[in-house]
Amino acid sequence: MSGLDTFRADTRVWLAENCPPEMREPVRSDADICWGGRHFAPSSPAQKDWLDRMAARGWTVPDWPKEYGGGGLSAAETKVLREEMAAIRARNPLNSFGISMLGPALLKYGTEEQKLEHLPKIARGEIRWCQGYSEPNAGSDLAGLAASAEDGGDHYIVNGQKVWTSYADKADWIFCLVRTSKASKQGGISFVLFDMESPGVSTKPILLISGYSPFCETFMDNVKVPKANRIHDENKGWDVAKYLLGHEREMISGMGLGGGGRNPLIEGAIATVGLDHDGRLADPVLRTQIALFEVRAKAFAAMSERFIDELKAGRAHPAQPSMMKYVGTELNKDRHELMMAAGGSDALEWESERSNTGAAPRAWLRTKANSIEGGTSEVQLNIIAKRILELPGA
Amino acid sequence: MPLYLNEEQTMLRDTAKDFVAEHAPVSHLRALRDANDATGFSRDLWKQFAEMGLNGILIPEAQGGLGLGHVEAGVVLEEIGRNLSPSPFLTTAVAAVEALKGSAQADRWFPGIVAGETVAALAIDEGAKHRDAVALKAERSGNGFRLTGAKRFVTHGHVADLLIVAARTAGSPDDAEGVTLFAVPRDAAGLTASPERLADSSLAARMAFEGVEVDADAVIGEVDAGRDPLGRLLRAGRTGAAAELLGIGGGAMDMTVGYLKERKQFGVAIGSFQALQHRAAHLYSEMEVARAAVLKAQQLLDTGADAEMVDGAVSIAKAITGMATTLSVQEGIQMHGGIGMTDEYDIGFYMKRARVLAEMFGDVGFHADRLAKAAGY
Repeated sequence: MSGLDTFRADTRVWLAENCPPEMREPVRSDADICWGGRHFAPSSPAQKDWLDRMAARGWTVPDWPKEYGGGGLSAAETKVLREEMAAIRARNPLNSFGISMLGPALLKYGTEEQKLEHLPKIARGEIRWCQGYSEPNAGSDLAGLAASAEDGGDHYIVNGQKVWTSYADKADWIFCLVRTSKASKQGGISFVLFDMESPGVSTKPILLISGYSPFCETFMDNVKVPKANRIHDENKGWDVAKYLLGHEREMISGMGLGGGGRNPLIEGAIATVGLDHDGRLADPVLRTQIALFEVRAKAFAAMSERFIDELKAGRAHPAQPSMMKYVGTELNKDRHELMMAAGGSDALEWESERSNTGAAPRAWLRTKANSIEGGTSEVQLNIIAKRILELPGA
Repeated sequence: MPLYLNEEQTMLRDTAKDFVAEHAPVSHLRALRDANDATGFSRDLWKQFAEMGLNGILIPEAQGGLGLGHVEAGVVLEEIGRNLSPSPFLTTAVAAVEALKGSAQADRWFPGIVAGETVAALAIDEGAKHRDAVALKAERSGNGFRLTGAKRFVTHGHVADLLIVAARTAGSPDDAEGVTLFAVPRDAAGLTASPERLADSSLAARMAFEGVEVDADAVIGEVDAGRDPLGRLLRAGRTGAAAELLGIGGGAMDMTVGYLKERKQFGVAIGSFQALQHRAAHLYSEMEVARAAVLKAQQLLDTGADAEMVDGAVSIAKAITGMATTLSVQEGIQMHGGIGMTDEYDIGFYMKRARVLAEMFGDVGFHADRLAKAAGY
C-alpha cells in the first residue's frame, strides 16, 4: 500500500469513530451551522464534539502548517480527507471567514507574530471574523472606499462606515480595509484587524427579503487600532484584499456544489409530485429541468475539483476564481429556484414548525445575493474578459 | 490523481496539436467537401496517423499499440475537433478498439488498425435518435449466424473494412439481455451501404443486412452477452465524442475571441464592448466547466473506477459538451455577425460538425435522462 492508501484507510477509520451520526445529516437551517466564536452556543453536543475532535487534529484547516493549528497535510492528503468526509456525508465541522478568507491572506502576508496570534484561534473556532470591505459608496468599485485611518503614532484612529458586513453583530474581530492615504486610489489602502469590542465600534443589522439579518452596517467612531494589527505594508492593503477576494470567490462558488449524498432537490420533487409507473418523476417538465440542472451541477463539481487541484499545484490562472464564482453562484440560484418549484406550496410556508421556520424559502431568497456579494456576476465577467480572454478595454 | 494533464499528457497534446493543425486544418475538410470526395476522409492522413503511432493509442503494447488511456485518446480527439479533421479515429481507434479489446477478434483486426490500413465503423443505431434498443436479428445458421435488419447513422459505413454490429440473439428490442456484438467484414455478402452526405459534409450510411452470413468466431465476447463489449464501445465512444466536441467548442471560441480583438466598428475593436465581453466570458466559463467534466470521465475510465460512477461521469461529459459546444458555435456565429453566415468563413463549419457529434452516441436529452433514471427519478 502506498502512503496515500494508508492515509485513506486510517482516515476512514478515524472518521467512522469520531464523526457523530448527527453530523452526517444535511444542515437543516442557518441555526444548524457551526460558526464558532466567543459567543457561540453549539446547537447540539454532537456539533461541539465534532468541532473539538477535528480541531484537535488540525483538520478544520487540514493543509495549514501544524504550528498554526493546521493538520500539515499535503494537497493529495487534503483531497483524500475531503473525499472520505464526503463519502460519509460529514458536515463541515466549522464554517469560518477566518478559514476561507483571512487565513490564506495571513499565511501569505502576515508576520510570524501575527500568524501565531490569530491562525490557531481560527483553526479552533475560538474567534469569529467578519469582513469590512464594502462601504455605502464603494461596492463594485471597492477601491473607492473612504473609511479613514489617521496616524496616531503606534496606532491608527479609524473613522467611517462599512456595509454588508456579514454577521458583524456576531463576530469577534474584523478584517478591514481603511484608507491611509488619499494620494492614490488603490495605493492608499491598508489592511487592518481589530476587535469588535474596541471602543467606538457599533453594528446595526440590515433586515433582508429573507426576513433575516445576516448583513450589518458597521460604524467606526475614533476606533484605536494598533499598527501591529496591520497586515502587510502601509498603503499595500489592496494586494492583500485582492488575494483574499480570490479565496472569498472560491468559497462562494463552493455553494454551487450543493451537498454530497442524498440530493434534497430530487428528494423534494419526488415527495411532492411522486413517481409514475416507470419510476420517473410524474411532472415531466420538472424532471427535465432537474436532470439538465444536475448535468451542469455535476460538471461544475468536476471543475471545482480541477480548480482546487490546480490551485494546490500553483498552476491556476489568478482570475480563475472569478469564473468559479460566476458559474457557482448562478448555479446555486438555479438550484434554489428549482427547489422552490419542486416543493410547491410546502416550500412557501414561512413560519411553520414543519417548514423549519421557512428554511427553504429563506434559503432561496438568500441565494439571490450570491451573484451580488463578493463582486457581482457582471464584475466577474469583466475580469474574465479582460484577464483571461485579454479582450481590449473600452 | 490531480484533475489536470500530467507532463507526458501535455507533451502528447502539444505533439497532436502541431500534427493535426499542420496536416488536417479546416482547409483540409473544405477541400474534401469542395471535391465532393466520396470517401469522406483522407486515407493518406489515416496512414500518417498510423505512422505517428496514434491509431494504436488504446491498443496494448503487446499487440503493437501505445497502451495509453482515454485521457491520451481524448487529447488527440480534441485536436481533431479543433481542426474539424475528418478522420475515422473516433470510430476505429477509440470505440471499435475498446469493443474488440481482449476478444479473439482483436488479433485479427488490431494489426490493420495500427498500420492505418483498416477502418472500422459502428453499426449500433437503428432509429434517428440514439437509444439502447437493438432489433437487428442474428439467428444461428450452420456454423455461424445470419444477420437480418437495418442500421443507420453508420459513419464511414460505406468504406469501412470492419463493422461492429449490435444484434439481437434473444428476446425483444428493449431487453437488456440477448444482445450479441459481431465483427463483420465489410465485404460480407448481403450487406449493402447507402452513404448519405450529412450537414457537416461527412458521410454516414444506412446499412441493410439481408441474411448476412458470418462465422461463429465473428462474435465479440459471448453470445447474448454483447452488452459487455457494447458498453465498453459506448463508454469510449461517448467520452471520445465529448473530447472531440470540446475541441470543436474550443476552436469556435478561439476563432470568435480572435475576431472580437481584430474586428473594428465605431473606430474600436468590438471586443471592447461590454455586451460582447460578457457573452464571451460566459461562453468561456461554460467551456471550462465542460472541459473539467470530460477529463473527469476520462480519468475514471482509465482508473477502472466503479461502473456506476464511470457511467455517470461519461453521461455528464457527453451532455455538458453537447450544451457548451452548442452555445459556443451559436455565440460564435452571433458575434461574427453577417460574415459568420457565409460559407467562405469557417465558423459555420464548426456549427455543422458540433450538431452531428452532439447527436452521436446520444444527445443531451438522452444522457440527462440516463442520469435521472440512475438517480431514481
